[in-house]
Amino acid sequence: MQFIILFLIAMGIVGLALGGYLTPIARVVINPIVSAQSWLAKRYQAVQSLITQPEDVTSLRQKNAQLEAENSAMQVQIIELQQQVSEAQLLSTLVDYERRHVENQYIAASVIARDVSPFMHYVIIDRGSDDGLRKGMPVITQQGLVGKIAAVTAGAARVELINDPGSSINVILQQSGVEAVLNGDITGEIGLDMISQNAVVQPGDLVMTSGLGGNYPANLVIGQVVTVRSEAYSLFQSASVQPAVDFSQLAIVLIITNFQPVDISPLIPAPGTP
Amino acid sequence: MINLIGLILFGILSILQSTIVSRIPLLNGTADLILLFIVAWALQDRVESAWQWCLIGGIFASLYSALPFGTFIVTYLIATGIARLLKRRVWKAPFLAMLAATFIGTIIVQVLSLAARLVTGVNIPLISMLNLILLPGLLLNLILAIPIYSIMRDMAGWLYPEELEA
Repeated sequence: MQFIILFLIAMGIVGLALGGYLTPIARVVINPIVSAQSWLAKRYQAVQSLITQPEDVTSLRQKNAQLEAENSAMQVQIIELQQQVSEAQLLSTLVDYERRHVENQYIAASVIARDVSPFMHYVIIDRGSDDGLRKGMPVITQQGLVGKIAAVTAGAARVELINDPGSSINVILQQSGVEAVLNGDITGEIGLDMISQNAVVQPGDLVMTSGLGGNYPANLVIGQVVTVRSEAYSLFQSASVQPAVDFSQLAIVLIITNFQPVDISPLIPAPGTP
Repeated sequence: MINLIGLILFGILSILQSTIVSRIPLLNGTADLILLFIVAWALQDRVESAWQWCLIGGIFASLYSALPFGTFIVTYLIATGIARLLKRRVWKAPFLAMLAATFIGTIIVQVLSLAARLVTGVNIPLISMLNLILLPGLLLNLILAIPIYSIMRDMAGWLYPEELEA
């Protein structure tokens, strides 16, 4: 009899549950159970981690060290790749320059050293007479004129930069056609001298080699006029020039190998000769 | 053996000078590592190879410079002479002697370099040279003088060990 009553109650509960009538009651009953269960689970996990932590910390530290090593190796790789990319970009612009100026023959060289004296604005490149370089050959980058070869050994050459105080180049201003002389300075800046007082020179004028004197080929870009100084009592005007080339960042240069400088010094009359 | 070490040392120093130090100017002046090592070596007690090392340093510097060959040799010989003189006079205060030798040596090197350029027909304004090259170079050399003196003192102790009395 008792069994039948229990069976009927059970069946009734099942029926009510299937009918969805027990859901509110179940929610009221289950929610505290779930809360209690999750509270207990968290405490259990905390205790478990406390017991197993030393092992995890050791393994984590090892893994961290390994990842840090991998990270630094990858950073080195990234820096190397960035250097290769910038070198490739530089070479690509130099190749573009070569293609645009097919009238000349070029040899590329890396700048490997600077003059040890601060009085000399010279650099040393890693190509020499074994590569066909000769004294006087012009040195350029894709931006413009760098200088000329001053001395050559078998495997290296010394380049006199155009901003050396001893450098003097005949130039022409592209817009006005005015001729002048470009001189270097101890400060590393370059400036124009011997500009006729009648000449009209504007800031922004492009300065290019004129080819006069036979030391450089014509039409190599040097820079732009920045300021012009004209004084009433002076015979000539002068101007400061912003060079197209950044001489502090020289890395790879091109040497024009088919240009032969002309020595005109025997043709210049010595002082006192008729 | 000692001169061979000098050859290696100044070979390395000239490479460092031309590739790194020359690219780190203060205004237009740069430190002169070769001068500093020569002067610091000349100030060490018991050192007998000061003149040889000075010659080696001068030759290496001349190879890396477009200044007339021999300019650095002459200037470094004068700087070594002054350092040896100071060593006798100010022997009780070696750091002071190092600073004084660096000061005088730098001025000699710069002035003779300027003279060499003037002789070759390049005009350099004195004021610009003083403000942009000499004073900044002097400052850099004085900053580096003491650490380099310490390095050379250790090296002198290694190459010329003190004889123990029996």
